[in-house]
Amino acid sequence: MPILETRDLTYIYGANTPMSKTAVDHVSLSVEQGEFIGVIGHTGSGKSTFVQQLNGLLRPTSGQVLLKGADIWAQPKRIREVRFQVGMVFQYPEYQLFEETVYKDIAFGPHNMGLDEPEIDKRVRTAAAFTGLKEELLQKSPFELSGGEKRRAAIAGVIAMDPEVLILDEPTAGLDPRGRDVLLSQIMDYHTQRKNTILLVSHSMEDIARIADRVLVINEGKVAMFDETARVFARGQELYQMGLRVPQITQVMMQLRQRGFPVDAGVLTVEQGLREILRLLGKEGVTRG
Amino acid sequence: MVRDITLGQYFPGNSPLHRMDPRAKIVLLVAFIVFIFVGQNFYALALMTVSVLAVVVMTGVPAGMYFKSLKMILFVILFTAVLNLFYGSGQVLWQWGFLRITQGGVNNAIFIAVRIASLILISSSLTFTTSPTDLTDGLERLLKPLTVFHIKVHDLAMMMTIALRFVPTLLEETDKIMSAQKARGADMESGGLIQRVKALIPILVPLFVSSFRRAYDLAMAMECRCYRGGQGRTRMKQLHLTAVDVWAVVLTAAVCAGVILLNIFMPSIWA
Repeated sequence: MPILETRDLTYIYGANTPMSKTAVDHVSLSVEQGEFIGVIGHTGSGKSTFVQQLNGLLRPTSGQVLLKGADIWAQPKRIREVRFQVGMVFQYPEYQLFEETVYKDIAFGPHNMGLDEPEIDKRVRTAAAFTGLKEELLQKSPFELSGGEKRRAAIAGVIAMDPEVLILDEPTAGLDPRGRDVLLSQIMDYHTQRKNTILLVSHSMEDIARIADRVLVINEGKVAMFDETARVFARGQELYQMGLRVPQITQVMMQLRQRGFPVDAGVLTVEQGLREILRLLGKEGVTRG
Repeated sequence: MVRDITLGQYFPGNSPLHRMDPRAKIVLLVAFIVFIFVGQNFYALALMTVSVLAVVVMTGVPAGMYFKSLKMILFVILFTAVLNLFYGSGQVLWQWGFLRITQGGVNNAIFIAVRIASLILISSSLTFTTSPTDLTDGLERLLKPLTVFHIKVHDLAMMMTIALRFVPTLLEETDKIMSAQKARGADMESGGLIQRVKALIPILVPLFVSSFRRAYDLAMAMECRCYRGGQGRTRMKQLHLTAVDVWAVVLTAAVCAGVILLNIFMPSIWA
């Protein structure tokens, strides 16, 4: 059974008014347990509206969201329990920090779940470790932290709820290149260790190419593509028409192909590209001086 | 949810009201508000109400927008009306213990309800047809004489412009923060009063922090563009009175005169 499934999910802003706008249009898809899904789409394509329906922050205009086969809106009063199972990290999550200490802020979610103190303590420390927050920062005020540390603290606040499905909306936006790489590796490590399902919304094709198993492309509220990462990025021309692009290295390899070099089109990372080019050079008998 | 608040939202258009000079609109709004409360009998009240409705229709703003702003204070209207029912004298219509409804009370209730509703409608017609910048421009001009008393009119107007400008931004921000905290299981819909107030902390703290951050950013941006207060500042948009304004003044004067005449020639309900 898929962990998360949507059936004809539709969301209309200002329904029944002259200004109504369909943000999500009959989206039906399913996500299996343990998958890492990358979500891409042009600004205003409806991807944020889509993901906010997955944990019941927005109630669909029509259609269903099924979590482990059960409609999340079957009992509207129990929607909080869905939110503990489908964790959501918003864009620029550092602006949601509010407690006196980082520790208390991370504990906010677990506390709302009604867990006991030892369990909360365990979860806060595990979450802090996953996001690379140093132990001594936990007793500081969140407002004393640096930008990158605040981001980590906010993400830890969601991870501490130990959700089955974790949705991250542009977690690396506004971080410096090194910060991006480190945070992304940490998310990846968390995913491999915890073996849960992750949906990552990003504008960085490089990030998506590096870590996603499958990529969901949303265009004008509809599912444009939902396929394995290499397959999606092989359709560069279509992506380009939707205002998206492919990772730079994939672009380079495509250009090489166009010029008659028999390289693999499904190259997604610089390392793969390097290997591919070296392989080709080796075959041709050319060695580097 | 939070976005339903329409008070102070500009609705672009090209009605006579939209084309009026903001100064004229503000002055006439004050006149309208005064005369809504001047009427002493149902005839005068009816004249004012009809005039207010005429203005509302003339703005060309969808009726739904007005209903929304009325809905916000529906409770206040009902509350004051019900309260007024039990105050007043005259013929007793209904009695139960110490509760007594009189003809005077009924009249009071109708008057207060209609007056508050008219007040909201006419004020909304100003904010719907005037962009916040025009509104503060007009206010600044009207209050200029106060500079004699060392009141910094320009600074006040600038503060108002900024405050109005950031209302939608803050609402959006509130929405976002609420969603983020709800995603962490914040419960805002249940519990007693104390629990509900406590539930606001996770929203208010980030909201304050981000407001301060915005204020610093804005101050910096204004200084970068050499803002130094109102002295010697010229305007890109000059305000001019036109024929529409003259007509508006004439019509409003006629309505006000009508109210005064009705007050004189018809018996007051409080007489």
